[in-house]
Amino acid sequence: MSNWDTVIGLEVHVQLATKTKIFSGASTAFGAEPNTQACAIDLAMPGTLPVLNKQAVHYAVMFGLAIDAEIGKESAFERKNYFYPDLPKGYQTTQLEKPIVGRGQVEIQLADGSKKNIRIHHAHLEEDAGKSLHDGNFRHGVSGIDLNRAGTPLIEIVSEPDMTSAEEAVAFAKKLHSIVTSIGICDGEMSQGSMRFDVNVSVKPRGSDTLGTRTETKNLNSFKFMEEAIAKEVERQIDLIEDGGSVIQETRLYNGDTKTARSMRSKEEANDYRYFPCPDLLPVIVSDETIEQLRRSMPELPDARQARFVEQYGLSEYDAGILGSDAPMAAYFETVTDQSGNAKLAANWTMGELAGRLNNEDISIGKSPVSAEQLAGMIARIADNSISGKMAKQVFEAMWAGEGSADEIIEARGLKQVSDSGALEQIVADVLAANQAMVDDYINTDEAKRKKKLGGFMGQIMKASKGQANPQQVNQILLQKLNELL
Amino acid sequence: MHNLTIAELVQGLQSKKFTSVELTQHFLDRIAELNPDYNAVITVTAEQALKAATAADQRLAAGNAPALCGVPILHKDIFCTNGVRTSCGSKMLDNFIPPYNATVVENFEQAGAVVLGKTNMDEFAMGSSNETSFYGPVKNPWATDCVPGGSSGGSAAAVAARLAPGATATDTGGSIRQPAALCGITGLKPTYGRVSRWGMIAFASSLDQGGPMARTAEDCALLLNCMASYDDKDSTCIEREVPDYSASLNSSIKGLRIGVPKEYFSDGLNPGTETAVRSALAELEAQGAELVEISLPNSALSVPAYYVIAPAEASANLSRFDGVRYGYRCEEPKDLEDLYCRTRAEGFGEEVQRRILIGTYCLSAGYYDAYYGKAQQVRQLIQQDFATAFEQVDLIMGPTCPSPAFKFGSKGDDPVAMYLEDIYTIATNLAGLPGMSVPCGLVDNKPVGLQIIGNYFDEARMLNAAHQYQQHTEWHNAAPEGLV
Repeated sequence: MSNWDTVIGLEVHVQLATKTKIFSGASTAFGAEPNTQACAIDLAMPGTLPVLNKQAVHYAVMFGLAIDAEIGKESAFERKNYFYPDLPKGYQTTQLEKPIVGRGQVEIQLADGSKKNIRIHHAHLEEDAGKSLHDGNFRHGVSGIDLNRAGTPLIEIVSEPDMTSAEEAVAFAKKLHSIVTSIGICDGEMSQGSMRFDVNVSVKPRGSDTLGTRTETKNLNSFKFMEEAIAKEVERQIDLIEDGGSVIQETRLYNGDTKTARSMRSKEEANDYRYFPCPDLLPVIVSDETIEQLRRSMPELPDARQARFVEQYGLSEYDAGILGSDAPMAAYFETVTDQSGNAKLAANWTMGELAGRLNNEDISIGKSPVSAEQLAGMIARIADNSISGKMAKQVFEAMWAGEGSADEIIEARGLKQVSDSGALEQIVADVLAANQAMVDDYINTDEAKRKKKLGGFMGQIMKASKGQANPQQVNQILLQKLNELL
Repeated sequence: MHNLTIAELVQGLQSKKFTSVELTQHFLDRIAELNPDYNAVITVTAEQALKAATAADQRLAAGNAPALCGVPILHKDIFCTNGVRTSCGSKMLDNFIPPYNATVVENFEQAGAVVLGKTNMDEFAMGSSNETSFYGPVKNPWATDCVPGGSSGGSAAAVAARLAPGATATDTGGSIRQPAALCGITGLKPTYGRVSRWGMIAFASSLDQGGPMARTAEDCALLLNCMASYDDKDSTCIEREVPDYSASLNSSIKGLRIGVPKEYFSDGLNPGTETAVRSALAELEAQGAELVEISLPNSALSVPAYYVIAPAEASANLSRFDGVRYGYRCEEPKDLEDLYCRTRAEGFGEEVQRRILIGTYCLSAGYYDAYYGKAQQVRQLIQQDFATAFEQVDLIMGPTCPSPAFKFGSKGDDPVAMYLEDIYTIATNLAGLPGMSVPCGLVDNKPVGLQIIGNYFDEARMLNAAHQYQQHTEWHNAAPEGLV
């Protein structure tokens, strides 16, 4: 066991799924040509003024309600001053003294099944900056600025330093992802930067009450990178101290491609942000009525949904945990269940084949080539014994490739399972007759080991039936016929 | 024609005594002839003006003309004008052509006004003498060796020299009232939130307010009718019906309670100015108003509080001028820091840089509470002073500035002496109250102004008192020699 305790706190930037920016009417849609979604306000043209997007305020309040936090009935925007080319105004409009969401908490579950509360210090509304592009599209020494993202609404969620391992930090991050996507305030697209994590890490001698000096690793945009970055940083700090050195307070960057981290700036180089209240914006007043209205219309939270999946569909805690934590996946699963009438198969196929394939090809479930309706159609055919599990895999492949519904594919490929017992008995009898040596071998084998010999017969039978025999039925007939020979 | 008031011009246009094209051409000719003496107008938009005048004449002929149809005006170069350079008096924006109109500009366009051009101003509205403009100082038409006041010195001098019958202006600490006083015209800073700030280049956002300048209170009412509006593009704009400011001009001021703050008649006040202001008050008293001595005990704190809050806000507001997206950019920057440093060192003048530095300092870690925090507390006290005063009186009156126009360069080496020019005007900005300046005399043949301060949204009452004063006096008709 290590001689060191790890202390981790997170700052999480969540892009809110509003159609327009927090202070302008420009679109927030991802992926447009650079600078085509930046209006005069986003460009900080002289004389332009911000107007607060009410939807962003409502989304922030919804987050507060989701984590059972105090809602700031009067919050205020401030200016955080620093110069950077992708920050058009030379200040970021954010909240400091009076954030919209106060103290709250999030419960996480760890791999061993234990649960832990992570306290939220506060969450505040702010605008995103643009992007600086330093890649090969520009001649040496020239950087590009894309202001499409400038002014995208964010909430920054600041946790207390309540996590003690990378596992806990990742569980917390995933739980936040689950919450914000479940209540529909964020699209959760990590690869598009919709959630970004800053990780504060320090170590201290085991059991010590005194916190060590912390570093902040900024802008991690995947759970995997976050886990790696924390592991590396903990190791670096421990090595440093054990070698007689000391950790300096600094901001660090982790490169997930090269798996390396580097210092970005030390505390001495840190900006004095000169926060002060933004005179262009009035205090944000959220009435009790608005809060109640939002509370009443809150979508189901992941914890409630998981409990319901156990209750309503008879799923295991584990399956409910996986399916219930991801809002789009949960919705997909429920559609498949509703339309196929088989929750168990719906759960297995959604979590198994479908999730695996989506994951491998890095496709979100919302863009799945196989729709929930298609998958339900296939599951209905498994349930009524029209196709075997093995055939279903072929059908799934074909659906993925865009060949149509399960029924169409079954028809086109002649995949209908043979469940007619007369026909199956004939096939079994033919196979046994043609393989007398195998039959003898079976009879001469100890009873305990006979079961292992069945596979050979099954293979022959399935081959003879061109894979269309109903395996359960074949198994039954085969055992019956072999027993008659004993 | 240039001696007619806006009210008379509207009358003349509607009764077809002259056309807007004739009128516009007349003022364009005057600008061409006289502006080189004053440097009040820095951009002339002759072609657009004549086109707009032609359109106005058609509407006048058709009989569906809006309020100011065909009336020529000038805009302070702080208001963004679509397709026309908007420099804010700075090298930084010498090449800046906005693709949008300020709401104020839009409102005048809707009202059918004809824009002759843009007026000179102190750089980014920072100054009380118009000496900080990148385009050179404006000369006071009453004495060309003297300043016209600032920052709206170009608008004030242009109206005084009859280069336009009216102009837009802005006031952050006195920038409408002080130049109006020094140039002998009438100017009004409305209640904060009455006029939209959209498209008005920000100096200090919590203090900036646009307002009209003209020769008479009656004309200011006509201009304010058009200028004031609720605008959802400005979050600090207040949603409140705009009254007809002309409607109550002729009401009697009998029984009007006028507060006279003793702090506004202190040692720094020029005796000639004091005499002129006292006789204006006596005139109003003679018309039936009641003079009440009041106290605004925290007045002396207004200048120091202002010179923390305004520069603090300005230091952030002016950060956008970084050479990245528009405006001036230094030649051949060697890296990002060099781009920022040289762009801003070369693009901003000395006074602007001074205020950015003051503001940055006041907001810095360790100084915030002592400066910015304290200044905000003072601001509360000043608001409270006025609130208490307005429990006893309807309007507050006193001098607009301590003395008449001073000579160029006379306060150049002493920023604090310059800042004291606004000692009587700054408090109303800190409180968000409306204030105006009305010509009330000449001292050494230079104009001095009577300041009228009203309660929130009480512009109509201020204009009424000013108009009644002007009905019984001739100071607003006085003109610099040779200009009538």
